[in-house]
Amino acid sequence: MKIHEYQAKELFAAASLPVLRGIVATTAADALKAAREIGLPVVIKAQVLVGGRGKAGGVKIARSLEEVSDLAGRILGLSIKGLPVRKVLVTQAIDYDAELYLGFIIDRRTRKPVMMASAAGGVEIEEVARQSPEKILKVQIDPLIGLQAYQARDIGLRLLGDAKLAGQFSAIAQKLYSVMLAKDCSLVEINPLVKMKDGKLLALDAKLNLDDNALYRHPELEALRDDAGEDPGEVAAREAGLSYVKLNGSIGCVVNGAGLAMATMDLIKRYGGEPANFLDIGGSSSPEKMALAMKVLLGDRNVRAVLVNIFGGITRCDDVARGLLIASGELNLGTTPGFSSAGRPLGAVPVVARLIGTNQKEARDILKDSKILFADDMSAAVRKVIEVAR
Amino acid sequence: MSIFINHDTRLLVQGITGRDGAFHAQAMQGSGTQVVGGVTPGKAGQKVGAISVYNSVFEARAATGANTSMIFVPAAFATDAVYEAADAGIELVVCISEGVPTFDVVKLMAWLKGRKTRLLGPNCPGLISPGQSKVGIMPDLPFKPGKVGVVSRSGTLTYEIAWQITNAGYGESTVVGIGGDPIIGTNFIDCLSAFKDDPQTEAIVIVGEIGGSDEEEAARYVRANIRKPVFGFIAGQTAPADKRMGHAGAIISGGSGLAADKIKAFQEAGIEVCFEPAEIATKLKSRL
Repeated sequence: MKIHEYQAKELFAAASLPVLRGIVATTAADALKAAREIGLPVVIKAQVLVGGRGKAGGVKIARSLEEVSDLAGRILGLSIKGLPVRKVLVTQAIDYDAELYLGFIIDRRTRKPVMMASAAGGVEIEEVARQSPEKILKVQIDPLIGLQAYQARDIGLRLLGDAKLAGQFSAIAQKLYSVMLAKDCSLVEINPLVKMKDGKLLALDAKLNLDDNALYRHPELEALRDDAGEDPGEVAAREAGLSYVKLNGSIGCVVNGAGLAMATMDLIKRYGGEPANFLDIGGSSSPEKMALAMKVLLGDRNVRAVLVNIFGGITRCDDVARGLLIASGELNLGTTPGFSSAGRPLGAVPVVARLIGTNQKEARDILKDSKILFADDMSAAVRKVIEVAR
Repeated sequence: MSIFINHDTRLLVQGITGRDGAFHAQAMQGSGTQVVGGVTPGKAGQKVGAISVYNSVFEARAATGANTSMIFVPAAFATDAVYEAADAGIELVVCISEGVPTFDVVKLMAWLKGRKTRLLGPNCPGLISPGQSKVGIMPDLPFKPGKVGVVSRSGTLTYEIAWQITNAGYGESTVVGIGGDPIIGTNFIDCLSAFKDDPQTEAIVIVGEIGGSDEEEAARYVRANIRKPVFGFIAGQTAPADKRMGHAGAIISGGSGLAADKIKAFQEAGIEVCFEPAEIATKLKSRL
């Protein structure tokens, strides 16, 4: 889960990291009030959960109050990579001598946390990694003992060339790593970490991604979730325990298992169709969950045909078949609140099903009087669904 | 032969009295696996079907001579179960539990270093050496004893691929589902290295997906070390950037982890890439 810059800054400040906090505003008038309080000039930063805000015009400096309300109004009207900007963060504009990058991630290859730091801060670190990887210094951390002071000091010395500054840097790095541990983060990042005129280091930005698997032990962080701009179908699906990602094509797909779901989407594309979504119904699925999955798909107006591709293991084909019946209204188990199939009954779009594995025969029997089309293998099923979607 | 599990595998099921543990313990027994016991603290003396339940892995191992364990406990308790199994001397621990916090696995892997226990998973479907032993939650249908080794990050996609191999008439030596999480105990290279030395395995299929760079590293390993024919499949060519596609590891971020990069790495390493599951059959026929 991603959280906003201002939320990450609150968590960093609580860990006594030196951060430039600022004031959050949802209207141009509030931004103006904030700027008066902070004092000009100020920086106005869009709070959206995607990278590349600067390039999209979401970060601006304002030198007069007129500029503040003008720029804040404009940024609040922006949509960045499809996400509407609902909040801005107003901060003091700071003079500084140098911009550093400091971040921690978990490296899949070494299975260890890694500290990354660079004197080339202020730009996208992925860009630095691509163009001049030698500018990024990395230190592996033994997770059983944590980041040691000497490791951070050494990096600080190489970046800043001064023992006093290196000590300051080391303290910041250790605090940042402790936030990563305490909050179960998959990423913590300060970009830029600036060296001010007075020689103090200050975090101008803050980024923090949480490990979804660990959210259960941080209920206070779940409250930071921001669904704004998320597809309503995706939100409803997540709440129902389905893994759904909306795409722009016309062929809906319901699959068990993430890998098979991706392979199904790929095959649709390979045969000339466009997948409308990724949807994994997960293991041990109930008929009700399957029915919900169908409703989520039918709620997407672009969907013109649905492919159900199930390789039964823990997922039983007869459960899937019953779910299809519920969704098509042929079994009346009541309506499900929170879901809208945009008024479309299942019969409105053709459904092609490929059901193999656990209880496949029972599934065929359950669906024998339905209008569902069957296919025996994945390739045939994909060809058929593309044909009927036309 | 096969890799990691065979006729001599003696399995304990940790969390055997839970719904999934009880179901799969008996299903594996039905598939011919020697399920020698189960563990649920506080439930010693009970039975699940014909399988005896013990209070701890130490107790169960002493009573049964188990060498392998499988974990079905909830995510919050999963790493504790792995520590217990490793401490009791279990050689292979297969963790099925899904949703284990990443940092817990990171610490666990650091602790396991230098110990003799191999961890498979978490969040994996397990593994099967058809006709010998199954330590997993997969159905028997798609598998048949044979000579193709399969290693995969996925569950049901693995069944699909194995089904193609079986229908082509070859069958599998061992099929390993390593799991879809970012941090896992056994990776592609561990499996490739075992398949390389396994006489029963004459060809290898790697089933990868978007996210991370495990496939690229596997490709480098294949190029340098493996003389058996290797085939590859990558799921997620149509996946949009920055969206999590079900598996925690399947996210394309910052330009790394793209399907196209992985396919290119495979091709450069001499791995024959299949663009749909059905192609595996024809490609195998041309090389075996």
